Amino acid sequence: MKKLIGALMLTVGAAALSTAASAQEKFKACWVYVGPVGDFGYSYQHDQGRLQVEKELGDKVETAYLENVAEGPDAERAFERLAREGCKMIFGTSFGFMDPELKVAAKFPDVKFEHATGFKMAPNMGIYNARFYEGRYIIGQIAAKQSKAGLAGYIVSFPIPEVVMGINAFMLGAQSVNPDFKVKIVWVNTWFDPAKEADAAKALFDQGADIIVQHTDSTGPLQVAQERGLHGFGQASDMTKFAPKSQYTAIVDDWGPYYVSRVKAALDGTWKPEDRWEGLKEGAVVMAPYANLPEDVVKAAQETEAKIKGGWNPFTGPITKQDGSEFLPAGAVADDKTLLGMNFYVKGVDDKLPQ
Amino acid sequence: MDITVNILLTIATAATPLLIAAIGELVVERSGVLNLGVEGMMIMGAVCGFGAAYLTGSPWIGVLAAIIAGALFSLLFAFMTLTLATNQVATGLSLTILGLGLSGMIGTNFVGLPGVRLPNLYIPGLSDIPVVGKLLFGQDPLFYVSIALVIAVSWFLFKTRKGLMLRSIGDSHSSAHALGIPVIAYRYLAVMFGGACAGLAGAHLSLVYTPQWVENMTAGRGWIALALVVFASWRPMRVLAGAYIFGAVWIGQLHAQAFGIPVPSQFLSALPYLATIVVLVLISRNKRLTMMNTPASLGQPFVPDR
Repeated sequence: MKKLIGALMLTVGAAALSTAASAQEKFKACWVYVGPVGDFGYSYQHDQGRLQVEKELGDKVETAYLENVAEGPDAERAFERLAREGCKMIFGTSFGFMDPELKVAAKFPDVKFEHATGFKMAPNMGIYNARFYEGRYIIGQIAAKQSKAGLAGYIVSFPIPEVVMGINAFMLGAQSVNPDFKVKIVWVNTWFDPAKEADAAKALFDQGADIIVQHTDSTGPLQVAQERGLHGFGQASDMTKFAPKSQYTAIVDDWGPYYVSRVKAALDGTWKPEDRWEGLKEGAVVMAPYANLPEDVVKAAQETEAKIKGGWNPFTGPITKQDGSEFLPAGAVADDKTLLGMNFYVKGVDDKLPQ
Repeated sequence: MDITVNILLTIATAATPLLIAAIGELVVERSGVLNLGVEGMMIMGAVCGFGAAYLTGSPWIGVLAAIIAGALFSLLFAFMTLTLATNQVATGLSLTILGLGLSGMIGTNFVGLPGVRLPNLYIPGLSDIPVVGKLLFGQDPLFYVSIALVIAVSWFLFKTRKGLMLRSIGDSHSSAHALGIPVIAYRYLAVMFGGACAGLAGAHLSLVYTPQWVENMTAGRGWIALALVVFASWRPMRVLAGAYIFGAVWIGQLHAQAFGIPVPSQFLSALPYLATIVVLVLISRNKRLTMMNTPASLGQPFVPDR
């Protein structure tokens, strides 16, 4: 049944393949999304980036996308199909597309591939990511200042480095305010299921957390926070409309400028595979307006934001791993490779990382 | 005590949409029709319910719109499979795919809008009783509807003459036809009842569970409802038990994780399907049980003149 659903999803995604004008000479750039463009979260933000490409380069570029593409082997067909249909450039926007995309890239050397949040490259495949963890450090500080219980609930999708890095950055931020801050972690095993995410939020609130953090893509958890008069943070999009009284801020992804610059490079013939990882400084990660917070907390958050924009890395030592061994000595800064492969918790996270 | 009540309330919310969709599909399958389009009808209910509630400001109009949308959408399936005698499996699957796509199209303008929530029941005095007050008198209205539906369907199928006729159609449509029972008319009504229930289950998602519209928000619950009908071996009360077992397993594992007990969440996501397979194996080992409960003409098209 699971496989059948996967196949169905792919078919549905395929049915949603949308093409703008089909003028032959236009350069065709394509996107593959893991969720629906209407998720108002992660995939939605990527699609906003695609729309910006269309807006700024629409006279030279046509775009297309496949949504709801399941991670894993099914994704291979999606990428291959786009390559066969004349896409000259394909952006795969989820971690789980990494290996399928790499395989298809080897088969189509003339097509330019880009993969988000992964770490494998090829002569025609570059990688890009945003430093979401910078935002997570800031929300960690806010959570520690605002939580009366000293306990946050954290809803997560899959145990991949991106997510683990986020949990660690959040805890480092929280510990910088309250060294005894605690977090309860629930893995929901999906990127997008509003009802499941809401259930997880309810479970965490029932167990005493008074702030909810999510690394899943729907607005479900914030709606629960709003109903219960508690608080949380938006993910990927500014979700304040769904929880005007509950959202402190949100870590917003802004892919538009990046996509425009890469498609432009492809048009100019200057495109080459790169490893691009941008954050608050470059505007790839933006903090939504701080709300429902006392002035001093807002001020502290803005100061941290400025410090990170100035080049400071939240993963600056001394940092101890969960098992008590040393991760970074005082003053040392984690390099990008270590961060992108992160598979351990820092001290103070009370959870066993699923393997 | 508070946490226990809260857990029970969360389980009820998780079980209600499964229960409503499954009890509808049970009636459809008891009439001998297999409609695999539950997921599609459910998501159509979710989007139409959200839209109507958003535009009118009344969640009750949303509920009504979801029921109508589900029933109308199932009418398409009924026309194809009953009047044109197409293959039920293929038609049901198309209905799901069509529903997922069409709902996304209808819902484009509703994305990112906060919805209207169907308010919980509140009876002054009764709802304030500690513990039982909230459980018995303080839940969302569709919870009560779901329980009433199970009782009503159970009574209809096993205590009324029309219910007997419906079951006999499901067991042997040619014999029922020979006795003069209007097979096609019964099946049309059964399919539309199933559609209405699936639509209502969708409304529960977009008006109670998480009052919002996002594409794919049913996230496979229609398939779980289908599995539930088999799991329950086509008995209404077992559907009720099954929905609550599935709900309890899911909510229980979230709480277990938050308590710090490691549970493989992948395994638990697959559990409804595994449980269904186990039940299928168990009932098919016992020929008598299989004969008693499985509608014998399930999935076979009926063409009177052939």
